[in-house]
Parts: sequence; structure tokens; C-alpha cells
Amino acid sequence: MVASSQTSGTPLIELRDVTKVYGEGQAAMQALAGIDLRIEQGDFVAIMGHSGSGKSTCLNILGCLDSPTGGSYCFQGVEVGQLTRDQRARLRRYYLGFVFQGYNLLKRTSAIENVELPLIYRGVPARERHQIARRTLAAVGLEGWESHSPSELSGGQQQRVAIARAIVADPSVLMADEPTGNLDTARSEEIMDLLCRLNREGGITIVMVTHEADMAEYAKRIVHFRDGRIESDEQNGRTN
Amino acid sequence: MLWNTLLLALREIRRNVMRSFLTVLGIVIGVASVITMVTLGNGATQHVTTQIASMGSNLLIVTPGRRMGPGQQGMAAAFKSEDAQAIAREIGSVSAVAPASTGAATAIFGNENWSTSITGTTSEFVALRNMSLESGRNFTTSEAHAGAAVCILGQTVREKLFGSQDPIGQRIRLGSLSFQVIGLLEGKGQSMGQDQDDLVIVPLRTFQRRISGNQDVRLIQVSVRDGASTEKAQQDIRLLLRDRRRLAVGEEDNFQVMDTKEISTMLTGTTQVLTGLLGAVAAVSLVVGGIGIMNIMLVSVTERTREIGTRLAIGALEREVLLQFLVEAVALSSLGGLFGILLGLGASFGLKSVLRIPFVFDPGIAVIAFLFSAAVGVVFGYFPALKAARLDPIEALRHE
Repeated sequence: MVASSQTSGTPLIELRDVTKVYGEGQAAMQALAGIDLRIEQGDFVAIMGHSGSGKSTCLNILGCLDSPTGGSYCFQGVEVGQLTRDQRARLRRYYLGFVFQGYNLLKRTSAIENVELPLIYRGVPARERHQIARRTLAAVGLEGWESHSPSELSGGQQQRVAIARAIVADPSVLMADEPTGNLDTARSEEIMDLLCRLNREGGITIVMVTHEADMAEYAKRIVHFRDGRIESDEQNGRTN
Repeated sequence: MLWNTLLLALREIRRNVMRSFLTVLGIVIGVASVITMVTLGNGATQHVTTQIASMGSNLLIVTPGRRMGPGQQGMAAAFKSEDAQAIAREIGSVSAVAPASTGAATAIFGNENWSTSITGTTSEFVALRNMSLESGRNFTTSEAHAGAAVCILGQTVREKLFGSQDPIGQRIRLGSLSFQVIGLLEGKGQSMGQDQDDLVIVPLRTFQRRISGNQDVRLIQVSVRDGASTEKAQQDIRLLLRDRRRLAVGEEDNFQVMDTKEISTMLTGTTQVLTGLLGAVAAVSLVVGGIGIMNIMLVSVTERTREIGTRLAIGALEREVLLQFLVEAVALSSLGGLFGILLGLGASFGLKSVLRIPFVFDPGIAVIAFLFSAAVGVVFGYFPALKAARLDPIEALRHE
């Protein structure tokens, strides 16, 4: 059941025979060996695989942080491979949100200022920026924590701030790279519940890389990577 | 966007106050030195100009030697007393002439002794120099003519030798000779660290015979009659002296006749060259300060690699990251410049009373120093900023 999805016009994300090679000549290392993947608006995809399976490389390409070596990547019908560095930055700015394993919040910067960051790059005026950031922090359950700096927050709270930062600018897709990698089970479940809620209620498309099967179970669709190829791609039985 | 970037930069500076301060210390010291040098130099120039202007516009100074440039003189034969007499006799527009020669000697009275400068001149000297006698009298013509052993003291010499005693009528020794004190000058105070009251005046003939042992006259001061043209007098003196010194047509003058304006140009020329040199040395420390900023900005870029990665992932453009770090470097160096200007002005204000020169604030140099320090930020901040902007977001996000 490879590349299953309901076809309706242009998909949000479409990878066709995408390859990625690092290095040149003898030292060349093929990270992706031909990936075909379609992701529709509103989906929640978990990408699983062992380290070295190419799942992180794939997420980097999906997140427009990296360009594929071969094949084509269309984001909302736009061929990403042909965009310049700055054009890809703009695409990330307006359509993508990122959540990382290490949270990557700015140190010594309050939670609300961290959340405001993408809005600054979008040129949103200060007052409006502040309101939106406050509302978004409330949406991830951090009302009252606005002025705390990351070092004053627990890991789970930091990841919530990071999620708030990722969704504050209303992106089309949320890219999450091992979002629960640094958290204990209880915190992990809270984060996954939050992501599910955002997907269900906000209609935001989520692509999440994880190596934990428990966490992948929260997704609507699970894609397994092995040796730079897609091994399996299945709808998840569990409904959430 | 620029405003936000500036706020961001200021916040980054505030976060690391101690480090930021140490980083810009080089700039602060550089700018402060430039401002101090230039302000003091301007003060000295103004001081010299006012002092010479107070000598009166009708004063001419004749010195041997060729004019070569600011503060430079070629060597040439000294004048004789006869040259001064000839000027007084033959040039109608001249009201007074005072030839003078100066040497150093130790003045001794009782157990006290004091090294001072001795000027051998005529009785016209006191009035020509805008000096006046506090007590006693000037030389008489016969004393001057006979080369009598009489002298007039400046206030400093009186104080060192006599304390509060009245010196008039006392005898002091100058070198090997005993002199009678006949007059005491009024105090004139200090000028640019030089005590103007530290002198003894004796008749020229006495000086030539008993102290220098030759007939040389090093300087002739001439006062031009009120209403007469200074230029005309200058020209007449020049022609007379050329004749007396037997200069052929086409040969350059081996002496100079300067009016007060020329003297002040000559003296201020010297101060200005000195100010320029000191300013240039201080400017070097600005460049050194710039290297300090570059160093810390490079450290900062490395430290904040993950932050840069995050910003790039969020959608910051290359030039936005570049601008962020550049603005930070410029904000640092400009703040340093601002502190330096304040420090420099404060230092010059404090030093003005020590050096007894006026405080002349030149807003132009403050603006230039500020712009220069900002430019240092741009130049030395550009490379680290470019390094930050060119980071690969994936690598930067993985950076530990």
C-alpha cells in the first residue's frame, strides 16, 4: 500500500523519486534512494525508521532546509528544487513551522518573545504580534508563563513554547523532528495530545519524525523508512 | 525591520554588559584620546592666538635665520646692537626698539639660589612686552649705556630668593657677578605650563659683556607708531637689514620680520602639527579596538550558532541575519564611541585647569569620531556577520 492517499487536485506535498547524495566520488553517501510521497492537507504523518534510514534527511528536504539531489519536490505545486536559498527561506517563513528535539528556544529570552519571533520576520506590528503570541501560548496551555525564560521552564513546557512558536504564524505544515525525544513518557504523551489536538481542531498538517512506535501511534499515517527508501506507508488504525 | 533589529542588538548587548563593555573598551579609549588630544590642541592654539593678540597689533619681531616652515628656522648670524640702533634711527614709523638676548644662569641671594633665564635688553623691553613694574624703577639710559650691574626681577625669582622680603636695593649674584635689584615686575602668571614670571632682566650691554661674552642680539622687538602702516614698517626694516647684512639681489633673506599675526600662525602651526600627530596615534587604537570587536563578534556567532540555525529555519533571510549581526557590531562600536566622546570631553575639561588653557569644544571632531567608530563597527563586524549569514541551517541546528 505504497503512496496511498485520496487524490483531489494538487496535493500539499508531493515527492517524486527524490534522491539525496552527500559528498562526491568515492565518499558519496546516498541518504535517499528514490522517495515517492504525497501528503494531503490536514494529514498527520509519522515518519519512522532507524538512524541512517534517511528519515531526517527527508524531513530536512520536506522542510525546505535542504534541496534534493534528484527527483522533484512540489510544495503546493511549486517546484522547491529550483528555488534559491532566499526563496526557500520565504517559503519556510510563510508556510512552515518547525519543532525540534532540542526545542531550540532562544536563551535568556522570554517565552512570549520566543513565540513572537516568526511574526517579527513576517513584519507583524508589535502590538498585534504580542496579542497573537499571547493567544498562541494560551492555546498550548502556557497562560501565565509568558515572561518566563526557557531556563525557568520544564522540558515539556519548553517544547510547548516551541510548538507555539511553530504554529504562531499559522503555517500550512508543522515539521516536527523527534519532538518527544528529550521528554519522559508522561510529558511525551501530553505533547502528542497537543499535536493531535492542533491537527484535529486547527486542521494543521503535521509531519513528524520519530523512532518511538508509541509516539507514531498518535499519527493518522505511519511511513517507515529503511536504507533511504520507503519500506511501508500505512494509514493508522487508531482514531484520534 | 531595522528598528526591530536595533532593539534586538541592544538587548543582546545588555544581556552581556560586562563583555560588551570590555569589547568596546578599545574604542572608548581610542575615541577618548582623539577627543582629548584635539580639544586640548585647539585650546592651546586658541590660547597662543589670544596671548599674541594681546601683545598688540603694532608689534614686529625681528629674528635671524631663514623661515622654513612651521616651527623651523635655518641658522644664520645673529644681529648686533647696531642693527637695533639703525632701525630706531632710520625708520620713521617706528616708536620703540628693544634688542634682546637670553641666557640661563643661577641667581643667588644669601643661602637661596634659583636657576632662571636672564634677558639682556633695553629699558623699552618692559613696555613693549606689555609688562609693568610693581615697585622700583627701570634702567636709566646711562645705566644701559655703561653696562651697569643692575637687574629687574620677575615675581617667581623674587619669591624663590627673597620670600616675602622686599628685594629692592638688595644685591644678588648672577653667575659670577653681583647685581643690584632696582625693580620688580608685576606677576603675569603661567602660560601653557610655562612660568612667565621666572626671569631676570639686565641691561643688554651688561649681558653681552658679563654673561654671554659676545655681541650677539638674538631678537629685536619693534613697536610701530600708532596709525603708521605695519606692512610698510616691515618692508622698510627688511630692506634696511638686507643692506646691513650685505645680501645680494636675488639672495634670500637670512632673517625674518614677523608681525603678531605671522607669529601666531607660526606657533599655532606647531601646535596643530603636534595635535595632528597625537590624534593619528590615538586613531590607531581605534583600529585596534575594531579588531577587539571582530574577535568578540566571531565568538558570539559561534556561541549563537543554534540561534542562527533556528532563525534561518523560521525563515530569516541571509541578509536579515547579516544585518542583525552587523547592527549589533555597529551598535557596540557606536556606544563605545559615544562613551569615548564623553570621557574625552571630561578629561579635557579636567586637564584645562592643570594646563591653564581654555576648553574649546569642537562639535565637528565629536561627530567625526562618532562616525569613525560606527564605521569601525561596520568594517570589523562585516566578516563575522557574513559568517553567521552563510551558515547552513541544518548544520547550525545540529551544532552543540
